[in-house]
Amino acid sequence: MDAKLKETILNPIFKGNPITVLVLGICSSLAVTVTMKGALVMALSVIVVTGISSLILSLLRKTIPGRVRIIVQLVVVAMMVILVDQLLKSFEATYAIDKQLSVYIGLIITNCIVMGRIEAFALGNKPWPSFLDGVANGAGYGLILIIVSFFRELLGSGTLFGFDILNRFGYVPNNLVILPPFALILLGCIVWVQRSIQKDLQEK
Amino acid sequence: MEYLSLFVKSIFVDNMIFAYFLGMCSFLAVSKNVKTAAGLGLAVIFVLLVTLPINYLLNTYVLQPGALKWISPELAGVDLSFLSFIVFIAVIAAIVQVVEMVVEKFSPELYSSLGIFLPLIAVNCAILGGSLFMQQKDFLNIGEATVYSLGSGLGWFLAIVSLAAIREKMAYSNVPAALKGLGITFITVGLMGIAFMTFMGIAL
Repeated sequence: MDAKLKETILNPIFKGNPITVLVLGICSSLAVTVTMKGALVMALSVIVVTGISSLILSLLRKTIPGRVRIIVQLVVVAMMVILVDQLLKSFEATYAIDKQLSVYIGLIITNCIVMGRIEAFALGNKPWPSFLDGVANGAGYGLILIIVSFFRELLGSGTLFGFDILNRFGYVPNNLVILPPFALILLGCIVWVQRSIQKDLQEK
Repeated sequence: MEYLSLFVKSIFVDNMIFAYFLGMCSFLAVSKNVKTAAGLGLAVIFVLLVTLPINYLLNTYVLQPGALKWISPELAGVDLSFLSFIVFIAVIAAIVQVVEMVVEKFSPELYSSLGIFLPLIAVNCAILGGSLFMQQKDFLNIGEATVYSLGSGLGWFLAIVSLAAIREKMAYSNVPAALKGLGITFITVGLMGIAFMTFMGIAL
């Protein structure tokens, strides 16, 4: 694999992370981070949607007129999201996936990461790199979701993936961590850590 | 009385930003000064107010399971709800296009200050989120849906204007270098969210 492709894959995961550096796609993400299971389902859905819609739009990039491209993008992304949503609905009973998640799956359509990567990358690049870029950005987003949900589930319920971890040692779950605002505070701390390591990202 | 309670509830208790994190991307990016923030907030109120009732009608008479009964009784078994994502987003994209043209024509100053964020309202999660929550909440009539849309829009407006006001003041405070900008904003929004949680106890 050549260096440029490797850069395409690795950059979105840490150095150019879509959430902490580009500030895209926070909207639909934070409410699903109460449990790690929800976060994992959301992360996988976003990876699938960004990857495949980048691929499709990159294949179509020479045939789409510039003026109507937003509508075309929305249609392709919405189609992918509908497929993912229907797929999840069929597994809803088997794996006890939260019903509330459906609203947030729908919101992947308006997740800025998907549209942002299509506009910035897929429309100007060949299908294979675009696909990788989409997947890598989805993964960078997923990584942050997993980190946030790890702390929220561990501290808020004392469990991980539903398995009891801290409660058996007499831990009293901290309800503040379950509340939505805490996800933002955690995210602020992640940004803090990342920017302490990567000084060039700091704002003056 | 029910309308009033729904209105107050949708502004404070179910606040789009602080309770559901919807519309975060533009919320964080455009909240650097109060004037632009107010402009975007007004645009969001307007777009929500127009799109949500339209989507409510579409949902009630076209998309819901059995909604097509009014055409002929044979269609009572038809369930088009899997199409709702794509229908909602198409309505929103069309309305935003119209709003953009109107603003460009009548207020070029506002148009240039809102810049790229006007088209981005189409992919603002608060707008699509409003429609998706409307679908889940089972409103009885269009009046309730309209009141809900106005309330959520106002809640969003209130949130972005207050954050912008805080950020203007924060420019003078001494923040650790790695937290400057994005990090401290996340934490501020988190703290504001906790403050808004106090409204949860209010029963109307």
